[in-house]
Amino acid sequence: MARNRHLQVFLLIAAVAAVQLATMLSDTQHYLTQLTMSGYYSLVIIGLCLLIGYAGQISLGHAGFFAIGGYTSAFLTTYDLTPVSDKAFIAFLSRTGMLVSTEDLYGGQVLHLHPWAACLIAILLAIIVAYAIGGPVLKLKGHYLAMATLGFGTIVYKVVLGTEQFGAADGISEVPEFALLPGIAVSGKLSMRIMNYYIAWGLVILGVVLLSNLVHSRVGRALRSIHGAEDAANAMGVNTGRYKLNMFVISAVFAAIGGVFLTHYNGGIGPSEASIMKSVRYVAIVAIGGMANLWGALVMGFVLNFLSLRGYFGSYDDAVFGAILIIIMLFTPEGLLRRDLFSDIRGILGGGKDLEEKV
Amino acid sequence: MNIELFFQYLVAGVTYGTIYAIVAIGFNIIYNTTGIINFAQGEFVMLGGMTAVTLHAFLPLPVAILSAVMITMVIGALIEITFIRWLTSPSVLRMIIITIGISILVREIALHVWGAGVKALPYFTGTAVSAISVGDVHISPQVLWVTGVSAVMVICLNLFFTHTLPGRQMRACSANRDAARLCGINAKNMVTLSFVLSAGIGALAGCVVSPITYVQYDGGTALAIKGFTVAIIGGLGNSMAAVAAGLLLGILESLSIWVMPTAFKDVISISILLLILFVRPSGLFGSKEAAQLKEF
Repeated sequence: MARNRHLQVFLLIAAVAAVQLATMLSDTQHYLTQLTMSGYYSLVIIGLCLLIGYAGQISLGHAGFFAIGGYTSAFLTTYDLTPVSDKAFIAFLSRTGMLVSTEDLYGGQVLHLHPWAACLIAILLAIIVAYAIGGPVLKLKGHYLAMATLGFGTIVYKVVLGTEQFGAADGISEVPEFALLPGIAVSGKLSMRIMNYYIAWGLVILGVVLLSNLVHSRVGRALRSIHGAEDAANAMGVNTGRYKLNMFVISAVFAAIGGVFLTHYNGGIGPSEASIMKSVRYVAIVAIGGMANLWGALVMGFVLNFLSLRGYFGSYDDAVFGAILIIIMLFTPEGLLRRDLFSDIRGILGGGKDLEEKV
Repeated sequence: MNIELFFQYLVAGVTYGTIYAIVAIGFNIIYNTTGIINFAQGEFVMLGGMTAVTLHAFLPLPVAILSAVMITMVIGALIEITFIRWLTSPSVLRMIIITIGISILVREIALHVWGAGVKALPYFTGTAVSAISVGDVHISPQVLWVTGVSAVMVICLNLFFTHTLPGRQMRACSANRDAARLCGINAKNMVTLSFVLSAGIGALAGCVVSPITYVQYDGGTALAIKGFTVAIIGGLGNSMAAVAAGLLLGILESLSIWVMPTAFKDVISISILLLILFVRPSGLFGSKEAAQLKEF
């Protein structure tokens, strides 16, 4: 089993590199922008896959966590601290190197929080919100759980849409680049396109390795028992409430990280990132991927987000995801890429090049 | 705050509350016969309003509204027959996702048919500025239409469920599906009928309210969330309590404008929903014991 997993991760790394080489050889490097963006969306999706597929809890509000990450980071890295720079706290932040000064469009100096600090605060905020919301919400089941998470997503959407400081309907723009290390930055600049592709998919690979280890551990077995029969799991001594809450928080963190990075990559964020349709779209992709199938969710997240971002669905973008949801749930409620189906394909192809693209 | 303004907000609250109550009753009718929540309920309201506006271009108002309600009922039946009728005991999660998918599809089709603009029927009597004055409080005649039609609808539904054969058969199905089938009731037809009924009342509500609130292709989702909030506050499945809960939510929401910016109106009602779900999921008027027996 463990060797199998190493092989999967190796194939994923190979596929990521193969896609980049393919765009270079076929002179379609402009695809890298959408490939990078779909990487960050895939991060949200694998986190949600853990929650829906393995812990069996639906969430129709994960775009809310994505927006919490993105908006917090965008707000903190664009909010000008110059007028209050003489305050003791701000001066302290400045001395500890937490503040950076950048030039805005008109050549003025803007003093703002360092992206690393903003990123950590964003993730921390997502964790706090996830614990606060998750505690009571996860006691609910079925319709109530779906509606409560939908309600949470709507609240986040309405708040970012109605708050002047978050740019209301325009969102926040001119978000600076996120310098991870000297010379390495999350940025939409053309010169950094290839590097950013690898940053995004490097994060995805890291996320997949973490989650795949998690679902194959004691925690994963406990989660599957919750999904199968929660009362029985409880009776066997599995603390179902704590497991569900922890998975909710982990998936929220994945969504928030996706939000933070994509916001710095795009240089801005708008309220549509928090909309219910985004949340539903994430659920749709997890469903197509096969619910409890991390790799399926990753493949479908990559393919569908890429097609959608490239505009292949035209004005039928949302309709496509609605139709996919219905068709999958009517005919194959276990998802298109069931684990057995996946291994069937693997058997047929026997490690050919097509497989690399798929994994 | 002055007293006239208070009454003005009260009237607005009652108007919205009535519509929420009708949407909630639509939820309850389907929930009672099938045990599922139809997330596409708000889309029926939108469809009714949109169809009536289109038909009104060449039909007199009452005929246009009647035809719009009929058409929406047929759409409701088609949705049930196509997507739900042939599923054998689907899981709750599956039904949630399917009805969400249906609501997205209906919305997107509406977008391509009617475009993204807002539409509205003309005021049934008078114009947008005509008002009936009670002291210093001015009430639009359309408000009376909304509350009046909704009241008649609730009474008719009540009579239907207590005094007609199909109504009693539907209640039998919701009480005990298997026993009802043993008595020779076609439970599947009752489910279709429940979709037809809730599509019909949703569409009629959409028609009467459209002069005040306008209709837009994506107006259904917000209504569905409000309607669900009301259904939960009243206790899922309890239609009469939904009326009280609807008025309560409508008035609370309307008065909240006093303390919060209008943009946060929805935040208030959804916070109430979350609060009720956390504290008392059986609803304000529902019994805790009965709620525990239901499968959510």
